[in-house]
Amino acid sequence: MPLIEAHNVTIRIPTEDGIIYAANSISFSVEAGEVFGIAGESGSGKSVLMQAITGLLPGAEISGEVLFEGRDLLKMSQQELQALRGSHIGMVFQDPLSSLHPYFTIGSQITEMIHAHSKVSAAEARAMTVDMLGKVGIENAESRFDDYPHQFSGGMRQRVMIAMALVLHPPLIIADEPTTALDVTVQMQIMELLDEMRKSFGTTIIMITHDLGLLANIADHAMVMYAGTRLEIGATRGMFSAPTHPYTLGLLKSSPSSETAQGTNLVPIEGNPPSLLDRPQGCIFAERCPDVQALCRSTYPPVQIYDDGAEALCHFVPGDKDMVLPARAASPDHASRPIVVDVQDVRLTFTAKSGFGKKRSIEVLKGIDLQIRKGETFGLVGESGCGKSTLARVIAGLIPATSGEVTLDSVPIHSVTGERWRQMRRHVQLVFQDPVGSLNPRRRVGAIIGDPFRIHNVAHGEEQKRQVQELMEMVGLNPEHYNRFPSEFSGGQRQRIGIARALAIKPSLIIFDEPVSALDVSIQAQILNLMHELQRDLNLTYLFISHDLSVVRHVCDKIAVMDAGQIVELNESDRLFADPQHPFTCKLLSAIKDPPPLAGNSDRRIINTRPASPNAVMMEAV
Amino acid sequence: MTNQTTHPKAPSADNGKISEQVVQRSSFELTMRRILKDPALLTAVVFIVLLTLFAVFAPLVAYWTGHDPNTQFRETGMSPFGLPVGPNHEFLLGADQLGRDVLVRLAYGARISLAVGVLAALASALIGITIGMISGFFGGWVDVVLGRIMDLVMSVPFLLCALALVSVFGPSLGLSIGVIVFFSWTTMGRVIRAETASLTKREFIEASRSLGAGPISILIRDILPNLSVPIIVYTTMMIPSSIVFEATLSFLGLGITPPTASWGGMLADAGANSVYLVAWWLVIFPGIALLTSTLAFNILGDGLRDALDPKGRRIKPRKKKSVLSGWLTSRKTPEGGPNQ
Repeated sequence: MPLIEAHNVTIRIPTEDGIIYAANSISFSVEAGEVFGIAGESGSGKSVLMQAITGLLPGAEISGEVLFEGRDLLKMSQQELQALRGSHIGMVFQDPLSSLHPYFTIGSQITEMIHAHSKVSAAEARAMTVDMLGKVGIENAESRFDDYPHQFSGGMRQRVMIAMALVLHPPLIIADEPTTALDVTVQMQIMELLDEMRKSFGTTIIMITHDLGLLANIADHAMVMYAGTRLEIGATRGMFSAPTHPYTLGLLKSSPSSETAQGTNLVPIEGNPPSLLDRPQGCIFAERCPDVQALCRSTYPPVQIYDDGAEALCHFVPGDKDMVLPARAASPDHASRPIVVDVQDVRLTFTAKSGFGKKRSIEVLKGIDLQIRKGETFGLVGESGCGKSTLARVIAGLIPATSGEVTLDSVPIHSVTGERWRQMRRHVQLVFQDPVGSLNPRRRVGAIIGDPFRIHNVAHGEEQKRQVQELMEMVGLNPEHYNRFPSEFSGGQRQRIGIARALAIKPSLIIFDEPVSALDVSIQAQILNLMHELQRDLNLTYLFISHDLSVVRHVCDKIAVMDAGQIVELNESDRLFADPQHPFTCKLLSAIKDPPPLAGNSDRRIINTRPASPNAVMMEAV
Repeated sequence: MTNQTTHPKAPSADNGKISEQVVQRSSFELTMRRILKDPALLTAVVFIVLLTLFAVFAPLVAYWTGHDPNTQFRETGMSPFGLPVGPNHEFLLGADQLGRDVLVRLAYGARISLAVGVLAALASALIGITIGMISGFFGGWVDVVLGRIMDLVMSVPFLLCALALVSVFGPSLGLSIGVIVFFSWTTMGRVIRAETASLTKREFIEASRSLGAGPISILIRDILPNLSVPIIVYTTMMIPSSIVFEATLSFLGLGITPPTASWGGMLADAGANSVYLVAWWLVIFPGIALLTSTLAFNILGDGLRDALDPKGRRIKPRKKKSVLSGWLTSRKTPEGGPNQ
C-alpha cells in the first residue's frame, strides 16, 4: 500500500492579477521506503504542490484528495495538520541559513520540536537530539548541541536540518531542493546522508529538485512537472534513458553532460514557460514542443500508460531517433593566438579594521597567474568563497589588487586612473549572475543597452537607437521592445539584455560571472548557445566563471580550478576532465552527477490510454 | 524567444469557460487599479481637491459672502453685548470676536496652510534627497559627517529654537517655512540614505561602474529613478506635518502675523480671553479643518505607499466558492472523475 497517494490535486491561488492555476489535477503515489522525485523548472508548481499537501498554503483553493496513511490531508483541520507536521512528515528546506533561527542554539531548536509533539523530559529530548546529530554526521554532537547556527558551515547546517526532520522518525520526509544552495562536493555528502538515513530508518523521501542528474541517481520514481501539470511519471531508470514525453527529452537534451561535447550547440527548448494565469485549450507544452502538431493545440492530450508503468500526458509516442545528441566536434587550437589578458602573481588582501587597534587581514587571492588568449573561453571553477568572483573583479579593474599585475591588451590596468581608466572600460565587460539585479528596474531596455554609447560618447539619438536595435537583434531580442522595462522580460531575455550591453562597445574580454546559474535548464541552453554563436561570429574572448562543472566542460577551452584563493590546476578542458591531477579537482569531478545516457527503448508498448482534462475537478465544482 | 511578454491565447469559441486573456499591465496601470480599489485613499484625494479649490477660490468666497477676510463687521457680526454671533444665514460658520467672517478666514487660512505645507515639504524633500543620496552613495567619512549633522539637527529642541529665531528676526511667512524645513528634512534624509546605501550594493550599479559611468551619472540616472517611491510617499507625508508645524507656530504667535488669517492663529484667537467658552464655532471649525486636512494627507501618503510598493499584500481567498467546490468534489470524485 502506498504511503502517500494524491488524486487530482488542483490548486488555484487568487492574486491581484487573476487566478494562478498552480496545479492542474495532479495524481501520484509514493510507496513506503522509496525516494520519489519531483522535477521541474522554476514556476512549475512543484513546491506549491508540497506546501498545499502539508497545509502551508493558506489562501489557496485546493481540491482533490491526498491520502497519507489512509487519511485525507486536505480535509484535516490546521490543528490536525500541525500535529502531523514534524512528527509524521518531516521537512528539509532549500536554504539552511534562513530555516534555522539565528538566536537559538541548534539543540534548543531540535528539542523544541520534540517537546511540541511528545511528552518527554528535557534530558530525554537532549539525548535523542544528540543521538540524531551524531547519526547525521555532526562530530562531538554532545558539545555542539549548544552551538548557534552561525557556528556551522552550510553543509553542516543542512545536516542539522536533516537531523531536525528525522529526530521523531517520521515515515515521510519532504526535501525541497535540499542541496541547491550548497557546493557540489557538499551536495553529494548530503545526498548520501539522506540515502543512508532512508536505509536505516526506512523513511520515505519526496525530493523536489530541478537537477535531473541528481534525481536520476537517487530517486526510484519521479514525476516531471511543467506549468502546474504532470507531464510524465514513472520509474527514473526508464524515464531518463528513454523519456516518454517530449518535455523530459528536451530537458535532458538541453542539460550539458559528458555526452554533449564541448563546442557543440545544445538543443534548447525554445521559448519560455507559459503564464500560469492562462490555461490553453490543448497541450500546455504545445507552444514549445519541437514535434507540435495541430492536434496538440486543439485537444487536451490523454494520459498514455506504458507497460513499464510510465505515464505521459501526450498525444504521440517519441521515436528512438529523437534520442540522439549532436556529434562531438574537435576544439580549435588557440595556442598561437595573441594574449588578451595576462595576470601575474595577483594577490589581494582585505583588511578588516575593528574599532580599537587590532587589524585583521584576510588573504583572498594568493598569487594568481593566468593568460587568456584571443578567441578562447577560459573557465574558472571553484566552490563558493574560493575567490573566483573577486578575481574576476580584479581583472575587470573594479577592485584594485594588493600586489601583482593585470595586463589587458598589453596595458597594465592598475596604473591608470581618471579618464584613462574610463577608456579602459571599453576593453573589458562583465555579465552578471543575477539577470534581475544587474538591470536597473526603472530604466528602459533601450537606455540600458545604450548606456555604453552614452558614457563613451560613441553615438547619440537616432544613431544610438539604430545600434541598440542592431545589438538586440544580434542577441535574439525583438528590437521593437526597445521601450520596455526589464520587468517585462523573462529571466533568459534579461540575461540577453545583459549580454547585449556588454557587447555594445566591442570589448576585447567579456567576463561571465555565473551567467546561467540563476536560469532554468532549458533557458540555460539558449543562453549558452547564444554565447557560443556570438563568440564564433565576432571572435570574442570569454572568461567564464561557474561552480557548475558540466556547464564549464561544455563551454570552455581551458579550465582553471580554484581553491582557497589559489589556482590548483590549470589545463585544457578535455585533458582536465580525462586526467585530473590535483586531489581537489578529483573531488570536484567525482561529485558530478550525470543522468544516464539517452538510449531509447523500442520494446515499450502503450497498454492503455486515458482521457484527461485539466479542469476535471473544477468543472464539477462550478 | 522574442514575444513572450504577452500571452495572447488561441481563440476558443466552443469553450467559453477558459477564455480569460492574460494581459500584462504596466506598473502605472497596476498602481491606478490599486488606487481605485482603496476607498479611503479616494476620499482623501477628493477632500484634498476640494480643499485646494476652497483655498484657490478664497477671493470668490469673500465676494460671494460680501465679507473681506480682515474687515470687522461690528454691527452684524457681534451681539449688542460685544460677543460674536454664531452660525446664521449671513455668517455661515459664525463670526469671530472681532466680527470677522470665520468661513472667509478659513478659506484664506487654507491658502497659508497649503502653501506652507507644500512649499516646506518640497524644500525639505529636496535637501533630504540631496544629503541622503550623497551620504548613502559615498559612505565612509562623508556618511559619518552628514549622519552626525542629521543627528545634531534632530536633537535641537524645535520650539526653543523657533522662539529664539522669531524673537531675533520677527515673525514672517518666510521664516516659518525656513524653520519648518530646517527641522523636517532629516527624516527624508535618513530614509533616502538607507535606500541609497542598499541600492549602491546592487549589481546594476556595479554594471554601470564597470561601463565607466561616473558618480554623478550613477546617482542621477541609476539611483534617483529607483528612489521615486520613497520620495513620493515621504514628501506627501511631510505636507501634513508641515501644516501642523505652521499651525503650532501661528498658535504661539510666532508664525503668520495678524491680521492675516491662518488656522493656527484663529485657534489662538479663540483661546485668548476664553472667548471659546461662549463661541464654540471659533474652535470647532478651524480645528476640524486642521484635523481633516492633515488626516487626508496622511491617508494619501499611506495609500500611495500601498499602491506604489505593494509588498506583502494578501488577497482574500474566494471563501464561498472554495467551500462549495470542496463539498462538490468530496461528493463526486469517489465515482471517478474523468481524470481518475
